Amino acid sequence: MDALLTRLLPNVDWAEIGYASLDTLSMLGGSLLFTVILGLPLGVLLFLTGPRQMFEQKALYGGLSLLVNILRSVPFVILLILMIPFTVLVTGTSLGVAGAIPPLVVGATPFFARLVETALREVDRGIIEATQAMGASTRQIVFNALLPEALPGIFAAVTVTAITLVSYTAMSGLIGGGGLGDLAVRYGYQRYQPDVMAVTVILLLVLVQILQSVGDRLVVHFSRK
Amino acid sequence: MINFHQVHKAYRVSGQDIPALRPTDLQIGRGEVFGIIGHSGAGKSTLLRLINRLETPSGGRIEIDGEEVTALDAAGLRRFRQRVGMIFQHFNLLSSKTVADNVALPLKLAGELSRSAINTRVAELLARVGLQDHANKYPAQLSGGQKQRVGIARALATEPKILLCDEATSALDPQTTASVLQLLAEINRELGLTIVLITHEMDVIRRVCDRVAVMDAGSIVELGPVAQVFLHPQHATTKRFVQEAEQVDENEQHDDFAHVQGRILRLTFQGEATYAPLLGSVARETGVDYSILAGRIDRIKDTPYGQLTLALTGGDLDAAQARFAAADVHLEVLR
Repeated sequence: MDALLTRLLPNVDWAEIGYASLDTLSMLGGSLLFTVILGLPLGVLLFLTGPRQMFEQKALYGGLSLLVNILRSVPFVILLILMIPFTVLVTGTSLGVAGAIPPLVVGATPFFARLVETALREVDRGIIEATQAMGASTRQIVFNALLPEALPGIFAAVTVTAITLVSYTAMSGLIGGGGLGDLAVRYGYQRYQPDVMAVTVILLLVLVQILQSVGDRLVVHFSRK
Repeated sequence: MINFHQVHKAYRVSGQDIPALRPTDLQIGRGEVFGIIGHSGAGKSTLLRLINRLETPSGGRIEIDGEEVTALDAAGLRRFRQRVGMIFQHFNLLSSKTVADNVALPLKLAGELSRSAINTRVAELLARVGLQDHANKYPAQLSGGQKQRVGIARALATEPKILLCDEATSALDPQTTASVLQLLAEINRELGLTIVLITHEMDVIRRVCDRVAVMDAGSIVELGPVAQVFLHPQHATTKRFVQEAEQVDENEQHDDFAHVQGRILRLTFQGEATYAPLLGSVARETGVDYSILAGRIDRIKDTPYGQLTLALTGGDLDAAQARFAAADVHLEVLR
């Protein structure tokens, strides 16, 4: 078996693949965590200040919306490069896992916030009205009605964002971000070792599959409709 | 209890004020079941939502229990709303919470009771609406009638003095409608709750309401005790609702009984008079013959009533008419 693997994949260094996988997972975990922490409140704010909502604020919504759209329209590869000075300021380096997380978070947060906004809009207006009629404050409406009702949609948003982040981590390999993407670029592209490329692609595929099925299960678990 | 003084509401749609409620005065008494009937767009939903200020009036004053609702600040409004329950056409239950958690929500939001006190209260409420065995189910597992019962239990949780019902039975089948209306009547009787309900079905009004307001194009066009409005409708809109309730089709209504001989009278009986053996005795005493052209005997809330259209021939017609008029019967001469 070992002999067969070595013959088929002569250039693959499994230890290095292992480290790279761990790097990818920690980049994904770290950036997903911060994306949710920043994107969830941003999504709620976008929803509340949006047209015909509880806290309709045309100027604020317009400003936030523009910021989100600008960040979303910058291609991630460009964002990676543009972010380098800021990343150095925050983490002290623009390389490795630590250097990759800030651009990943900045790239994914606007995307996730929009998905959260959409999930909240799916909540029946009647439920908001019923909660208002009970004498709930806006804060109470958000925490006791909106977020619980939108939970399946929010889990779906987290899943889609996580998968987007997987492909972003691969891109961050271009600027020395580490992880499986980095491996694919350095060995697969620069040294033309297609076996390394194939292994990293398969590992990324497996990761995406796992994320999607875990996400789907969470959505089903929290759907009571 | 509920007083409207020249309350009006207009919505601004693309730079133009569209009136939803024209200046309206209205008094609703304590413990009353007050119905508002109208077609969609008549302004009844706006009127109902002005009571708990889900809609803000464009002008006028609303007082409830001596408190000026139109002058409340945000915190005062939240406290006020905790004393007004509301149920909805589409129930508006939280699909993510169990039946018990849905009923507990207003208590949790009010934050006045301990966890265990809330649990006790929820159990009481579920027993009142007959759902004690469904506490841990989710709304999606319930039928429409059961969902509305959860809605009622939830609305009663904070022991409100007023219950607002927004087309509460419009999404239910006739049998379920009857049982939900019965529950509302029971709650009104036992808790002395004031109920304001809006509907587009005269039958709902007939079954539970004490008084009714008929709305058309943003105004109340007719208002009075249900029996009076139902049996002697004045406004065209009211007449149409009554016809719908009695399932009189248009052709029948316009039939002037041209082919029928004799004098045609319409008699309306109410209360005990409904069961008095009047027709037979009048016929014997005055020698008239009668034939019944149309008729209906039913109940308005708890009061029986009857309405008969008769053709009288032979005998002493004027005497017969005088006898009917003297009895406890409302008389109209149709021809």
